[in-house]
Amino acid sequence: MAAGGSIDALGQFKLETALGPIGASVNFTQANLMMVVAGLLTFGLLWVGMRPRAMVPGRLQSAAEMCYETVQTMCIETIGPEGRAFFPFVFTLFFFILFGNLLGVFPYFFTFTSHIAVTLALTVFVVGLVTVVAIRLHGWHFFSYFVPQGVPVVLLPLLVPIEILSYVSRLISLSVRLFANMMAGHVMLEVFGAFVVMLGGAGIIFLLPAGFSLAVNVALIGFEFLVAVLQAYVFAVLTCIYLHDAVHLH
Amino acid sequence: MSEEPSEREPSFEERLKSARSRQGLDAPPPPPGNSGGIGGMSPWGVGLRVGIEMVSALVVAVAIGYGLDWLFGTKPILMAVFVLLGGAAGVLNVWRIFAPKQTSDRGR
Repeated sequence: MAAGGSIDALGQFKLETALGPIGASVNFTQANLMMVVAGLLTFGLLWVGMRPRAMVPGRLQSAAEMCYETVQTMCIETIGPEGRAFFPFVFTLFFFILFGNLLGVFPYFFTFTSHIAVTLALTVFVVGLVTVVAIRLHGWHFFSYFVPQGVPVVLLPLLVPIEILSYVSRLISLSVRLFANMMAGHVMLEVFGAFVVMLGGAGIIFLLPAGFSLAVNVALIGFEFLVAVLQAYVFAVLTCIYLHDAVHLH
Repeated sequence: MSEEPSEREPSFEERLKSARSRQGLDAPPPPPGNSGGIGGMSPWGVGLRVGIEMVSALVVAVAIGYGLDWLFGTKPILMAVFVLLGGAAGVLNVWRIFAPKQTSDRGR
């Protein structure tokens, strides 16, 4: 949306209320709408996909089973046998983020994962759960996680704060990774899209660079699909790794 | 089956495996030694990940230092201390990503 000759790359992330006056009265934004849609799509994929309950699955059932098995394998291989207990959580998290990312690639749709408020809330939930799980399983012993083994006692006052900072910095690294990837991709799309419009309207000699920008945008869309799936996967895998640390404490 | 049976006929599993690999259905096993659980990252991905890990530790440390300074009224001291600790924690995060697997198992 190149308004007035300048590129408004960040305007696409502005929250607006959705669903007309009803949404406006309760501040229901298009991000919330997309979250509901992502949840419904996940639910729909599993519900409709598993309807036939066929021994030889059709396409949709195959997709649903593959999703289930991929996440289950990831849980059990990363966390260990205890990972079965965390499978519903990781599955929900993975598909919420995956559908959020993928929906955002479509034109006129909103990417709720491009808001750090959303990713930070998810991360706070993950780190909070990891800490609660670790404390429930290990009790006071959990705090030995911050004490590296085989280290002289003199160094502990220095090393324990570093370990604690490293633990807390998961909050930022996990949320910023998802948020930055999604936002950067959409800003690039917006910028090159604006190039196409501005150069295409500037005259006949600018048609070549305009075409080039269009080609870049086509490539970027494909790249965005890759990033959308990859980042959802990375988020889920890191959640599993943190849960592994919580369950096994080193 | 016109060909005569050899001494040791390949089992069904073996034939299936070779057929699948011929058709490219079986992905080659992931290269070992990549810790952190995310295999096959591009150099761009590695750089982004390392950068985020280092900066996030620093951000958390500065926030904590600033908060403690504000709490105790020792304006610049704690923040300076926590910046150093945060830098160290960032390096620790990066080490956790790239540490060889055997070392991390033996060290714990």
